[in-house]
Amino acid sequence: MTHEGIPRPLADLLDEFSFLERGERVDYLIEYADQFEAVPERVATRPFPEERRVKRCESQAYVWAEDTDEGAQKYWFAVENPQGISAMSFCAILDDTISGASLDEVLRIPGDVVFDIYGREVSMGKGEGLLGILTSVQAFAREAAARQDG
Amino acid sequence: MSDIASRGYSNPDVLVSTDWVADNLDNPGIRIVESNEDQLLYPAGHIPGAVQVDWAADLNDQLRRDYLNREGFEALMSRSGIGPDTTVIFYGDRNNWWACYAYWVFQLFGHSNAKVMDGGRQKWEQEGRDLVREVPTYDATDYSAPERNDAPVRAFREDVLAHLEAGGQLVDVRSPQEYSGERLHMPDFPNEGALRGGHIPTAKSIPWARAANPEDGTFKTAAELQEIYLNEQGLSPDGDTIAYCRIGERSSHTWFVLTHLLGFGNVRNYDGSWTEWGNLVNVPIEK
Repeated sequence: MTHEGIPRPLADLLDEFSFLERGERVDYLIEYADQFEAVPERVATRPFPEERRVKRCESQAYVWAEDTDEGAQKYWFAVENPQGISAMSFCAILDDTISGASLDEVLRIPGDVVFDIYGREVSMGKGEGLLGILTSVQAFAREAAARQDG
Repeated sequence: MSDIASRGYSNPDVLVSTDWVADNLDNPGIRIVESNEDQLLYPAGHIPGAVQVDWAADLNDQLRRDYLNREGFEALMSRSGIGPDTTVIFYGDRNNWWACYAYWVFQLFGHSNAKVMDGGRQKWEQEGRDLVREVPTYDATDYSAPERNDAPVRAFREDVLAHLEAGGQLVDVRSPQEYSGERLHMPDFPNEGALRGGHIPTAKSIPWARAANPEDGTFKTAAELQEIYLNEQGLSPDGDTIAYCRIGERSSHTWFVLTHLLGFGNVRNYDGSWTEWGNLVNVPIEK
């Protein structure tokens, strides 16, 4: 599968993942989860507002976006459920690979990346939550793109 | 949460507390088995000595939509260091949802020497107990399983149709939105879709997680469960009952509750569930 037009670091990560065995993929994802840093207090403090909460994500994930000077966005995340390891790893991956990318590229990321990263065997509930995180990020990118166009 | 023995369950022996597990980590007669929805949880940290059973990779047949066969189960038991007399202690994420699923699959092979750790991962973590990343290895056991016997605890679609005709009790444990047919599945999801929405006629809507206390994942007391399943929804422990959800995992949690905590005499899990029923031609559906 090609990943044309999506942020380059994410495309590179997907390429790399496509060569990994299941166990290696799990190790990689846990490393990401370990690196996850929640939204800093400068951006948001608890209790986090409901409108930042990712719908249908049972790990209680929240998303924020800050516009950068280059017309892109920096994305911040929180995962309030300590058992939300997959959500933490996905947030860390998104921050690492799409923060700072052009809005167009962010909007071109297909929902399929969830399966590319977590495997087709990801349960529907889990997959929905992860997809919800991406959808929330893209909603911010869409709003910012509309502001820039307007 | 109150002591398990004081909660009025019909079969309290089927549960153990986190304290009990902590005291029995070195007990050679038990094997602790973690089973989760989130496949990253076990490798990221688990109860010392616990092995993992993965619902997709270990319990499902990899080709057909079915469970593993006898040889597969024997191999799983052997590499997990589980003998026929080993007491298996299941625990996992999401109120022990997947732990109950694994427990139920083990019953297809008659491994009744099994228990669930009340509260699962959530309670263990909340209590600040040890979680380790080291994956243990155990000497392979010689496990001889009987042929899988589905009939006592598993229902197929023909069974559900016959049950419906006979006026048997049905429990739909999905969300109210799935029960009403308002929500089918996520458009991007290839694997768990259904063409029609709604529920099997006469099914009572009792979302599975109502049986658990959200603050620590433990099971509600028998009196609280009776209030929901018997008084509010009118189910009878004496009637034959079939529970279902979307692919049969959430309903195995309800199967566990009805069978072991409330003492229902005959409960089966319809694992075909809505992904089968909602795609079948010409079966009755209610909205």
